[in-house]
Amino acid sequence: MKPEYKIISDLIEKNAKVLDVGCDDGTLMEFLKTNKNVNIRGIEISKEKVQTCIAKGLTVIEGNAEFDLKQFPNDSFEYVILGQTLQAFINPETVIKELLRVGNKAIVTIPNFGHWKVRLNLLFKGTMPITNSLPHDWYNTPNIHMCTIKDFVRFSKIINFKIFKSLALIKENVSDINNSNLIFKNLFGELGIFLIEK
Amino acid sequence: MNIKENIKTLIVEKPLKLDCGQTISNFPLAYETFGSLNNEKDNAILVFHALTGDQFVTDINPVTKKDGWWSNAVGSGKSIDTDKYFVICANVIGGCMGSFGPSHENPKTKKIYGTDFPVITINDMVNAQINLLDFFGIKKLFSVVGGSMGGMQVLQFISNYPDKAKTAIPIACTSSHSAQNIAFNELGRQAIAADHNWSEGNYNSKSIVPDKGLAVARMAAHITYLSKKGLQEKFGRKLQERDDLKFGFDADFQIESYLRYQGSVFVDRFDANSYLYITRAMDYFDLVKQFNGNLSDAFKNTKAKFFIISFTSDWLYPTQENKDIVIALNAVGANVGFVEIESDKGHDSFLLNVPDFLKALKNFLDKSYAEKLS
Repeated sequence: MKPEYKIISDLIEKNAKVLDVGCDDGTLMEFLKTNKNVNIRGIEISKEKVQTCIAKGLTVIEGNAEFDLKQFPNDSFEYVILGQTLQAFINPETVIKELLRVGNKAIVTIPNFGHWKVRLNLLFKGTMPITNSLPHDWYNTPNIHMCTIKDFVRFSKIINFKIFKSLALIKENVSDINNSNLIFKNLFGELGIFLIEK
Repeated sequence: MNIKENIKTLIVEKPLKLDCGQTISNFPLAYETFGSLNNEKDNAILVFHALTGDQFVTDINPVTKKDGWWSNAVGSGKSIDTDKYFVICANVIGGCMGSFGPSHENPKTKKIYGTDFPVITINDMVNAQINLLDFFGIKKLFSVVGGSMGGMQVLQFISNYPDKAKTAIPIACTSSHSAQNIAFNELGRQAIAADHNWSEGNYNSKSIVPDKGLAVARMAAHITYLSKKGLQEKFGRKLQERDDLKFGFDADFQIESYLRYQGSVFVDRFDANSYLYITRAMDYFDLVKQFNGNLSDAFKNTKAKFFIISFTSDWLYPTQENKDIVIALNAVGANVGFVEIESDKGHDSFLLNVPDFLKALKNFLDKSYAEKLS
């Protein structure tokens, strides 16, 4: 189980109605069901992973978040989760707006491209960075819109959404991000976790 | 064909007002069951059959002596596990396997109904079958399941009886018959009507039946159940028991021979007038229109957990039409899952051995049953 699952769970109230966008094999969905007794649905693009979710008894719709969020009415869910996939969408702005349309709140996690290892990788090797959380080559990566923690904070001002809570994950440790430590967290945070609102 | 002794029949005494305006009562509804109903009566699954199906879902069909039409999915240890669930299936009204249909005698005229039989709708079929719940003392079904026209019955059932099933599995279907669907059905009906033996539906004598017309109808329909790729892979341009073309109109190609065979075996088990009535019921099916253009309203009162399944190569009821049902369900916050199964076997995929489909069906049912949904 990914270390951020516990953190995501802590951000969600008990018995809430939740949508996990890009729910993968349903590990997070199961964890939230057990821990928070949530009423949870998932969207997943891979047929194989949808099958895995069905085998776990989870309610999942096969679909592409970029096009299939449209089908949900406004405020269908209390929380919508988007785990480490924002960078893979053609239009991240539309996706964020859709998340905040169908959900009252959204939890977005992003692999931080500003992490020092990524920076050193590019600086010294002169090739596109490959790290544990970003294992692809430039030519076969699904991640077409990489961003840093700082970029995401700026993005909130540009397209106008509120960051209610922002956390950085360093190894297994989680810490708050604020204006005064942003430069530091952007250098050492492996993952940014944001609770956002309209 | 003495089939009567093998057919279980419920005589529905309660009057049923049909969509066409006529009321029927004391009519026969032929059904079959598989597995056993538990003491809590919470393990019953009502399976709805498709256009040419019948109540003999699995095991050997006592009439055709062949495997039941859904033997791949229903049976001991299978996706719809008869060791665990009590499976009920009825022949639709308008059909020809014992339920009230056009081959029955009209008590007023003492003649076979033929085309004097009232036009039946999917809604009528479902309203006839609800009587089986009372008959078995079942308050709530664990599931309603069906593919193609069976799927349409699932949708209509939930719309009519929102609290009578815990789960619903419409497979490879649509909420509204498309122009293309109607066109293919009309082709079949016209093939039957063009057969001289049809005699406007009054072919009473058993020996003179519009079998040629019905066979052509079946052949045309059969093509729509398969995919181009599936046909090409199975038959290609292979020749039938000959080394070269014969420069005539016999079945040179295997695909011709295959379709002729499909047509010929079909006429032995199916009534031409039933084919007209059931295809008409499918054409009239428009759940969107029933709810004044808003399909979501059909499902707004249900707590049933849905699982919608489509197939990549099904061009008769394509994925998008199945997805429209998912969208309508999401719009009213229903509990709905959806998967599109990869298969090159066309619309027929739901009847065939398609492992991904059978696995998904089994997992959904077994996990939902374990959840003890209310």
